[in-house]
Amino acid sequence: MGYVPHTEHDIRTMLSAIGIPSVDRLFDCIPERIRLKRPLDLPPPLAELELRRHMAHLAAKNRSTAQLRSFLGAGAYDHFVPAIVDALASRGEFLTAYTPYQAEASQGTLQHIFEFQTMMCELTGLDVANASHYDGATALWEAAAMAIDHTGRRKIVVSQLLHPHYRAVLRSMLQHLDVQILEIAHAQGLTPTSMLRDICAGAACVIVQNPNFFGILEDLPAVAEAAHAGGALAVACVNPVALGILRSPGECGFDLACGEAQPLGIPLSFGGPWAGFLAARKEFLRAMPGRIVGETVDTDGRRAFVLTLQTREQHIRREKASSNICTNQALMALRATVTLSALGPGGLARMAELCVQRAHLLAEKVPGRPVYKAPFFHEFAVEFQKPVHEINRRLIEKGFLGGYDLHRDYHDHRNTMLLCCTEKNSPEDIEAFAAALREVAR
Amino acid sequence: MSPVGQSGGPSNGVSLLFEKGSPGRSGAYLPAPDPGKGLRDLLPAAHLRPVPPRLPEVDELGVVRHFTELSRLNFSIDGNFYPLGSCTMKYNPRINEEAAALPGFAALHPFQPEEEAQGSLELMHLLERHLAEIGGMDATTLQPAAGAQGELTGLMLIKAHHKDRGEPGRTEVLIPDSAHGTNPASCTLCGYKTVTVKSTSDGGVDLDDLKRKLGAKTAAMMITNPSTLGLFEERIEEIAAIVHGAGAQMYMDGANMNALLGRARPGDFGIDVMHFNLHKTFSTPHGGGGPGSGPVACRKHLEPYLPVPRIVRDGERFRFDSTHPKSIGRVKSFWGNHGMHVRAYAYIRHHGAEGLRQVSAGAVLNANYLLARMRGAYQIPYDRTCMHEFVLSGNRQKKQGLRTLDIAKRLLDFGFHPPTIYFPLIVPECLMIEPTETENRETLDAFADAMLRIAEECKSDPEKVHRAPHTMPVKRLDEVRAAKQPVLRWHPPPPAER
Repeated sequence: MGYVPHTEHDIRTMLSAIGIPSVDRLFDCIPERIRLKRPLDLPPPLAELELRRHMAHLAAKNRSTAQLRSFLGAGAYDHFVPAIVDALASRGEFLTAYTPYQAEASQGTLQHIFEFQTMMCELTGLDVANASHYDGATALWEAAAMAIDHTGRRKIVVSQLLHPHYRAVLRSMLQHLDVQILEIAHAQGLTPTSMLRDICAGAACVIVQNPNFFGILEDLPAVAEAAHAGGALAVACVNPVALGILRSPGECGFDLACGEAQPLGIPLSFGGPWAGFLAARKEFLRAMPGRIVGETVDTDGRRAFVLTLQTREQHIRREKASSNICTNQALMALRATVTLSALGPGGLARMAELCVQRAHLLAEKVPGRPVYKAPFFHEFAVEFQKPVHEINRRLIEKGFLGGYDLHRDYHDHRNTMLLCCTEKNSPEDIEAFAAALREVAR
Repeated sequence: MSPVGQSGGPSNGVSLLFEKGSPGRSGAYLPAPDPGKGLRDLLPAAHLRPVPPRLPEVDELGVVRHFTELSRLNFSIDGNFYPLGSCTMKYNPRINEEAAALPGFAALHPFQPEEEAQGSLELMHLLERHLAEIGGMDATTLQPAAGAQGELTGLMLIKAHHKDRGEPGRTEVLIPDSAHGTNPASCTLCGYKTVTVKSTSDGGVDLDDLKRKLGAKTAAMMITNPSTLGLFEERIEEIAAIVHGAGAQMYMDGANMNALLGRARPGDFGIDVMHFNLHKTFSTPHGGGGPGSGPVACRKHLEPYLPVPRIVRDGERFRFDSTHPKSIGRVKSFWGNHGMHVRAYAYIRHHGAEGLRQVSAGAVLNANYLLARMRGAYQIPYDRTCMHEFVLSGNRQKKQGLRTLDIAKRLLDFGFHPPTIYFPLIVPECLMIEPTETENRETLDAFADAMLRIAEECKSDPEKVHRAPHTMPVKRLDEVRAAKQPVLRWHPPPPAER
């Protein structure tokens, strides 16, 4: 049991070097009164053989997208993952290394983060990116905090078509900081840009998601223009696969962009661990939170990489730091980097194009009323005659994972399902799913 | 294309992937587009990017070679002893990786109906219960993604609690001067002012200073126990009583729980709320700086404020429950870093109660053994029985013209990752050493021998130490240049050079 390698002989030798008679005496510094005098109330230990069986038993109580054909998205996307991603990311040299504080012994991690930063800049069309965040939602919160600090304004404007969990994270994280969050209602599935100019006056930033939570493509240049007219920063929350084909936030005039790297080779894993990304125009560099890797030279003049601009960070600045973030999601960012390296610009664009094609194919075939007419990426809303959870229960019986129930978050969307396709949904699956829907949604 | 970077010299040995490959090459081929309507028929041109992102164009083997080469530039637990204080770099068992990769967990969509995710909900429920038992707490949330996020979550619970009791005027948090930097940074994010409490010469909290700074404005004290000096705070009950007497809460940074497993529980010594670092105590891999996972456990009176959704057991079924009106809300999308929950749960089940006691025994034994072997060669600022880690000072070597940084870099030449250095801030020229329980005696001896030899070299061949490392892929780096002229991404060479 366990991974402590000592034999009785080792323990005796070590105790004699320390000069005490027993291991228990090492704990004499804990006052007797508060020492635990009973065993912890935990189930008995399992040998590796038994543990493997137990974990398989628990996993088998789930029915995952490995068994169900999934048409569910809503911020978590089931994409093709090249085989080399698991093979490379599970190498112990990446898996079991720590934060690269000792640069000479961490060039592998530092360089792949530098490559990740470059890729995030390329996708977002912005100048600088950091080493990653816990997830898209917390990256967005950090972006909002940057805007609040930069402008000194205490109000942020948020589109209602931002992912409900992201909005919830913004609400909880800002609740103690005297910041007002103004949510703007959607109009026909889009963030209305006409009145945005007035609303943005006095705001630190305006935040929109693209494609938005309903899958629809927002008018990003109009949003950025309205934000800037009111003196606010424009913040985009974006899908990195879509950025293989869509105009980048930087090109559309945005100041900050963030999002979830999960679609790039990161398993669904019931919602985590994933990786958030955050990119900005260069004037915001010194306000950025989190780890940043920079290029430099060693004493022989050779190119090398190092954690840099650390005076922004908590371990140096303590209460004056730009954030409390310490960990990034290096291993998850590595998966995204390997995925983008394998796909290249052509592969990423192909992946995005297949998403668009398959989603539009499903939209043609699916029974029910398409709720919006606007251009969409790989998700769209459909209204049925029955509650979504009833339809989904019947779909499960047929081996399908149905779409997201929009009524959970949007009370004006009764019986409305958000459906998603990726390149993994074959035309045959789409045909079969549409047929199943025709049967159960009647 | 030349493998030479913008800096003009040869690189650390591996070109950037952007400098490799050739236009049109790919390392992953997807099916052809479907016949019929293409991208430009389906989406308006105004939304489409005119120029593709400049991503690498490399064949599959080229990608594999690149990242394999990069991996070889790293130290890691798998390859090297990694006695990084406060980071608990213990062995990461492979059975846990295997469990987390089971398709039942890894391919589970976070919005699947609860009925189809019963295995994961049960696992999360059990992990919550086990962590509460280990910490002597009543309730747990697995949502926070890392220790620092756990700290912030814990502080938010405290803030909500005071507000709920009609005491919003509590705006300050007391933090010992030995604390991790995340503690004060988390306070700021929660809208709290940090007040630093001094340590005494024996490494404990200065009670007189504590009493001076404690008052009606104090919301909480954040404490790390054992402290970052590796010492158990023997007056912890008294400190908790004083803080509670003033109406404030006790938060514990659980970074150092490895020392306490099965020996003492924070809930039994006056702590109201704490976080665990699953990536430290419970062996989930650090991954080069994440992912982590920072569950928060608390006593009954703070439970109403925990993030939603909570996990509820109804007989044999498990479900999410968001009906907690006093909850602080959500701190992360979905349900936390579930893959880390799976690993930590497997770790706890493998050990059971007795196994976890052996973990703390091994961790404390190893630290004290190394401490004993350092005596004489290095200054020991707090020379008494330590817990899972201890600090040394490089003061003696400083008199010989060498800094702790030099000692750290020289260790690399012996194949050892250096300890944490210059932290905690209250120890000059600090080296903070945490061997963990998974290292055997031969490894500890080899490390101790290297440390003693370096102490000798500081006298006999200081220049050799000062110029270290000599055997790494790169020599010491120009960190000033990195910060003054930041190059934070690859730029394509100007067209003329192509």
